Amino acid sequence: MQAIQDKEGVKRYLITLYVNGDSYTRVVKANTLLVNVLRDELDLTGTKKGCELGDCGSCTVLLDGKPVNSCLVLAVEADGHEILTIEGLGENEKLDPLQEAFIANAALQCGYCTSGMIMSAKALLNSNPNPTEQEVREAIAGNLCRCTGYVNIVKAILSCAQQPEGGSE
Amino acid sequence: MYLPDFDYIAATSVAEASRLLASLGPEAKILAGGTDVLPMMKQETIAPKTLVSITRLDGLKAISLEEGRGVVIGALCTHNEVMKSSLLQEKYLSVCETAHRMANNQIRNIGTIGGNITNAVPSADFPPILIALGATVTLQSNSGSRSVLLEDFFTGPRQSVIRQDEILTEIVIPVNGFNGSTYHKFGLRRSGALAVVGVAVAVVMEGDLCKDVRIALGAVAPTPIRAREAEALLRGKEINDALLEEAGKLAAAASKPISDMRGSAEYRRDMVRVFTRRCLRKAIDQGHV
Ligand SMILES: Cc1cc2nc3c(=O)[nH]c(=O)nc-3n(C[C@H](O)[C@H](O)[C@H](O)COP(=O)(O)OP(=O)(O)OC[C@H]3O[C@@H](n4cnc5c(N)ncnc54)[C@H](O)[C@@H]3O)c2cc1C
Ligand code: FES
Ligand code: FES
Repeated sequence: MQAIQDKEGVKRYLITLYVNGDSYTRVVKANTLLVNVLRDELDLTGTKKGCELGDCGSCTVLLDGKPVNSCLVLAVEADGHEILTIEGLGENEKLDPLQEAFIANAALQCGYCTSGMIMSAKALLNSNPNPTEQEVREAIAGNLCRCTGYVNIVKAILSCAQQPEGGSE
Repeated sequence: MYLPDFDYIAATSVAEASRLLASLGPEAKILAGGTDVLPMMKQETIAPKTLVSITRLDGLKAISLEEGRGVVIGALCTHNEVMKSSLLQEKYLSVCETAHRMANNQIRNIGTIGGNITNAVPSADFPPILIALGATVTLQSNSGSRSVLLEDFFTGPRQSVIRQDEILTEIVIPVNGFNGSTYHKFGLRRSGALAVVGVAVAVVMEGDLCKDVRIALGAVAPTPIRAREAEALLRGKEINDALLEEAGKLAAAASKPISDMRGSAEYRRDMVRVFTRRCLRKAIDQGHV
């Protein structure tokens, strides 16, 4: 990673992020957080900021396929890595099945937790297409929702689980 | 919430990291997962001038069985990597279970076992079970490498024997014959909560006979501690329920908990009694083959 020092002696770093399949090269400072690059530099404001301390999960994105809190990842640390945000789900105008399921199950009220919630659920379904309710609850344990009481969120995620072979429906 | 300014250097080797730490002094800190360092910097509890990132040191990311040494866990293994390691699941499931009970999925994907230890927070979850299993840590600097028994690593809250220029590179669980072990954590929530009380037990059982036992307590003293009187009571004895209850009382007496928003000292002490008994029962049943 290239570091550049300006006349005032401030060091900046040239980083490349692969976000939702596109590559972006940006100049950031050491203290720039991934969440702020996404929101402020790339205009991907679907990723939210709540606690900014790793507790609430509203900033959840997938880093190389794994859910992480983008408020606790330095932009310089994400250099060269693949990032998937809520904007990267679905294709063209078509929503991702998880997004459809959240709507169909009324799994959101204010919606602030929703993008993080869906990213955690996405990672779960990618690695485990047919999770149990317990596994769903565990996967979203780092995503706090102040509105829904979680019941419909769990229902929505379970409705996207692959039907086991020979299953009904 | 923004981070204050600091300089960032990505180390490309342990030697380079050690050299940087030595030359920059106490104002430089290692950055591993950052799940502890970054929240503290945001809250202005600490203000390091430089973060030396070790996250690109891929040599510290493996979990392996080494002839004559035991199970070696690289310091940069994340909690989820520890949890999912098939080697650990086979050899020390209790360590995987400990990882599983920590933080939440997002934090488990970036927080490292080395950071959890070096941080030296009394409530940290990995130290009790690793102490019970007799683990050592390897501390490496440009003046050499030393192995320290994890039990002797901690000297106080957020204090340990690690020197400014040292990097914790690995955790070693030696071959030790323990055939039962477990860690029980009492937190205020099932997920994302620190331990109010943590108890770890490892035993060597031969039928009903307890050949060896180690009990380690977390979150109830300035550092994780061993409950040696309780261990001595059980060692060499045929186990029965009355003995386990007595061991729980001795472990509670060994604890020196504080009262805080998560629980009173009295409550913590009594939970040590209950959890010690439960952990012993579980570890003994595992070892009872
Ligand atoms: C929401 C949340 C929940 C949490 N829940 C838990 C929990 O349930 N249980 C628990 O035990 N902890 C918990 N933690 C604390 C934290 O996640 C862990 O302690 C984690 O393991 C720290 O590792 P890290 O790699 O992120 O450390 P960092 O923040 O990178 O570093 C921690 C400290 O160790 C030093 N350091 C790190 N690695 C090394 C090394 N290899 N050599 C020398 N020095 C090093 C750093 O300089 C720093 O001082 C939680 C944190 C958050 C934010
Ligand atoms: S904003 Fe990142 S976890 Fe709350
Ligand atoms: S819908 Fe409002 S926080 Fe979850």
